[in-house]
Amino acid sequence: MSDATVFETTCPVPRVPGARVLLAHGGGGRLTQRLIEDVFLPAFGNPALLARHDGAVLDLPAAAPGSPRLAMSTDSYVVQPLFFPGGDIGRLAVFGTVNDLAMCGARPLWLSAGFILEEGLQLDDLHRVVDSMRAAAQVAGVLLVTGDTKVVDRGKGDGIFLNTAGIGVVEATEPLCPAAVRPGDRILLSGDVGRHGIAILAARESLGFESELESDCAPLSEPVLDLIREGVRVHCLRDLTRGGLGAALVEIAEASRLRLMLDERAVPVRSDVTAACEILGLDPLYVANEGRFVAFVDAEDAERALAILRRHVVSRNACRIGSVGEATDGLVTMQTRLGSTRVVDLPSGEQLPRIC
Amino acid sequence: MCLAVPGRILTMSDGDALARKGRVDFGGIVKEVSLAFVPEAQPGDYVLVHVGLAISRVDEAEAQKVFEYLEQIGALARELA
Amino acid sequence: MRFVDEYRDAAAVRGLAKALAAVTTRPWTLMEVCGGQTHAIVRFGLDALLPDGVTLVHGPGCPVCVTPVELIDRALAIAARPDAILCSFGDMLRVPGSEKDLLAVKAEGGDVRVLYSPLDALEIARRSPDRQVVFFAVGFETTAPATAMAVYRAKREGLRNFSLLMSHVLVPPAMQAILRSPGNRVQGFLAAGHVCSVMGFEEYAPIAREHHVPIVVTGFEPLDILEGACMCVKQLEQGRAEVENQYARAVRRAGNVEAQRLMREVFCVVPRKWRGIGEIARSGLGLSEAYREFDAERRFDVASVCAEEDSECRSGDVLRGLLRPPGCPAFGSRCTPERPLGAPMVSSEGACAAYYQYRRVGAPVGS
Repeated sequence: MSDATVFETTCPVPRVPGARVLLAHGGGGRLTQRLIEDVFLPAFGNPALLARHDGAVLDLPAAAPGSPRLAMSTDSYVVQPLFFPGGDIGRLAVFGTVNDLAMCGARPLWLSAGFILEEGLQLDDLHRVVDSMRAAAQVAGVLLVTGDTKVVDRGKGDGIFLNTAGIGVVEATEPLCPAAVRPGDRILLSGDVGRHGIAILAARESLGFESELESDCAPLSEPVLDLIREGVRVHCLRDLTRGGLGAALVEIAEASRLRLMLDERAVPVRSDVTAACEILGLDPLYVANEGRFVAFVDAEDAERALAILRRHVVSRNACRIGSVGEATDGLVTMQTRLGSTRVVDLPSGEQLPRIC
Repeated sequence: MCLAVPGRILTMSDGDALARKGRVDFGGIVKEVSLAFVPEAQPGDYVLVHVGLAISRVDEAEAQKVFEYLEQIGALARELA
Repeated sequence: MRFVDEYRDAAAVRGLAKALAAVTTRPWTLMEVCGGQTHAIVRFGLDALLPDGVTLVHGPGCPVCVTPVELIDRALAIAARPDAILCSFGDMLRVPGSEKDLLAVKAEGGDVRVLYSPLDALEIARRSPDRQVVFFAVGFETTAPATAMAVYRAKREGLRNFSLLMSHVLVPPAMQAILRSPGNRVQGFLAAGHVCSVMGFEEYAPIAREHHVPIVVTGFEPLDILEGACMCVKQLEQGRAEVENQYARAVRRAGNVEAQRLMREVFCVVPRKWRGIGEIARSGLGLSEAYREFDAERRFDVASVCAEEDSECRSGDVLRGLLRPPGCPAFGSRCTPERPLGAPMVSSEGACAAYYQYRRVGAPVGS
């Protein structure tokens, strides 16, 4: 029987992603980066913003030399569900901003909170969130000093949208930023990755997971400030959030224009996180975290830095995962467990659970 | 395509074959899956699960064979190295 | 994870790579036809471990990539309807249709939901009796049993608001088509392991005989892929052309008889257009007479939605293993995951996406 197949090597040229915001723009990957570069930076560009770091380090105008510098940061939280194993939107919001300040080498002092509440939200839930924020603020040593509340119609908000902004006093004497990273620096990771993202996915009942996993949501200022106070030469800090370890390293590599070299076997991942990633087709490298950070430290201080980090519960499993290379290509390469080398890049947007 | 992951059956429901379900443990994550297509599977067995359904039982004896083969050729590989 | 980790053991993998090198005396070209295998090869850098003579090319192993443009457009048309909920696997959301993708329709207000399983779509239909729930049924034979189960249950329960947009494709006809095409260089196949878990491997014997190519049913972990390649090359070196089963821990000769029984009741074999390749006879699954009421293309009268295909993208050559993604002039420049020219750059199982994600043009990759 003859086969009348005709081969046409054709494919339509798709249009550019249209003129609307996509969920992928919030994923922490390439599309998020493009939104920031195309929309926000051109509008607001100033030196603090253009440093493209987690928080802004600010000088008081007309300050006497030796005056403290301030750091300021903000984050908004839209997590669903509001309550999940290991935390809730309130705890996330407090620790998230605290951690961004810590990544600037600052001791966090004051937070603001802006609530956008959906009509119909149970007051009990609001109480739970606020109580959680109070407890988190106490643990982190910060005061919530100002806030705002708005209510929107039912259907126009997911229960609670929460923004926190924070101010801290910078204790680092040298700037902590990608530009300060040097060839030869060691890349340290404060603990195992992927817990938060998987805990959230597991909490979404549509996936039907049973798991003991809890979010790793935690404050990071104590171990960071100890590094600084004990004179470790830290060049850059970044806490891992959306986009996970992979996104954080790619951003630093591109901003510093240096090659970062990772060892896959050195990156700790819990077995249940690995299992969930296998089932959903996710790469643990890109799964969200909330209580983890990477530190780029001078090679000679690396062992001492790890010892300091391991004194704290939140970073007791700190380890070295790689180093900064000489090449100025701004790439992240990773030696796989099989010994081959691959490039680590930013995912486009949301890491869609790969099924098929 | 074909992302199927091996997991161990913890518990199984009763009932007619096509409606049978089980709780399967994937290295710490437990999920309920349909066991409709693996009627011979029992708790303790490993199955391959694809989009919520078990498509095959894992034959543990066969699973070992590649490692036996590797042991056999281990000497061979060293000689040629 | 048991039955996963041990198949990624570095020493064992190196051992098999040496064994493969030991049996290779001439150059051979093998093809794998499964996105899962493509992904594993590129992610673990397995092709760097192959001896110089052995070339592994990627075939049309991504059912997302080969879904024809007009089907995507029909999905978009359904998703845009206020009375409809379009349910899909995550991979389909960014595959471009003629003008946009499902993600864009979602942003415009269409109810598009990402699912882990077709059975979840059934649940949505039960809970939303006033909306029409349509499941975009994409996949090879591995996924077809799940789709079959969903529509079988829908019929048993008398669900009036559930339907399927059928896009299932079959692997053996695609392999035939590749072997018959002019310029074919494929000398041996690694058959998709989980497709064979369902279908068995008896249907490959005629293909092996007709074209004198060895076909080895292969799994997805690094050890599986190397062992499969080893078995295939051994046959080639010995001039044999048989069907062998590397993935015996998950595949039996007859496959999964229960799954096949349900598939025979619910589906029938139909011609299917493969994006970038063209129509292949008897290469798809449609709904059988008894289940045709669940066909979304009929229920929503979108059969007239057709697409004009432009020709800039080389995905057809990629899908037939004639072009490696980095060899395409648009790769990484005019064609990236954010601005894809075609499906293989978007689907997470697509060869182009795999190469883009794990390599980069110009990046030195050690072996």
